[in-house]
Amino acid sequence: MLNQLDAALNFDRQALGLRAERQQVLAGNVANADTPSYKARDFDFTRALAAATGRADLRDGLVLATTARGHLTVASASSQGGARALKYRVPDQPSLDGNTVNMDVERAAFADNTVRYETSLSLMNLQFRNLKIAMAPDQ
Amino acid sequence: MAMFSIFQVSGSAMQAQAQRMNVAASNLANADSVAGPDGQPYRARQVVFQARGREGQAGVGVTRITEDPSPLRREYRPGDSSADADGYVTLPNVRPVEEMVNMIEASRSYQANVDVMNTSKQLMTKTLTLGEN
Repeated sequence: MLNQLDAALNFDRQALGLRAERQQVLAGNVANADTPSYKARDFDFTRALAAATGRADLRDGLVLATTARGHLTVASASSQGGARALKYRVPDQPSLDGNTVNMDVERAAFADNTVRYETSLSLMNLQFRNLKIAMAPDQ
Repeated sequence: MAMFSIFQVSGSAMQAQAQRMNVAASNLANADSVAGPDGQPYRARQVVFQARGREGQAGVGVTRITEDPSPLRREYRPGDSSADADGYVTLPNVRPVEEMVNMIEASRSYQANVDVMNTSKQLMTKTLTLGEN
């Protein structure tokens, strides 16, 4: 019973966690908009979520085929938890001091991430409500 | 509690930008200071930013404040008490236009970080009410 509850909420929990993490990466970019030679960072949310929820079809990189019992599985960088596979943003108008933060791009991404975070929150709230209804005694 | 470090990231940026604004204000205020505490004319100063903290949650810090090495301004004022033998007074190398631009840029960046902080605060408050309805 309890592990079913966990499974029902796992996806939203992972999504929310990753959204929060991305929010932080983007906040770091905005904070370093004037730091010389700072490179803007970001990560691919779709891939990170796939790796976190264990959907192999979306996992990045090559996966070793395990055909015998003794074969080792190699976890891809993004599925090792903790630090996501942070990538560098492709600069569209690089500045002379080597900084690649484009404030417009970062602010747009931040706003986008904010709305999606709120969406995840709402979905999770709905999930809670559904579970509560399912658990309520007959009325 | 990863979300809380956004406050550190944006907070450090606000602190750094405020320091930059302080330096710009000091430069503007001393644009005509013929002599500082060391008896020499004032030299324009600049802050140097550096990313701090681990990857993915990089804050900002001011590593040092550098002095502008460009030549000082010289003006012909024979009547001035601080004029040299040729009647020239040495004045600071502060360029007011540059300082104004610096100040506006610092204020814009500061605002952007305040925005980020406010948005994150709202998100956290909403997260705290999760499952209440």
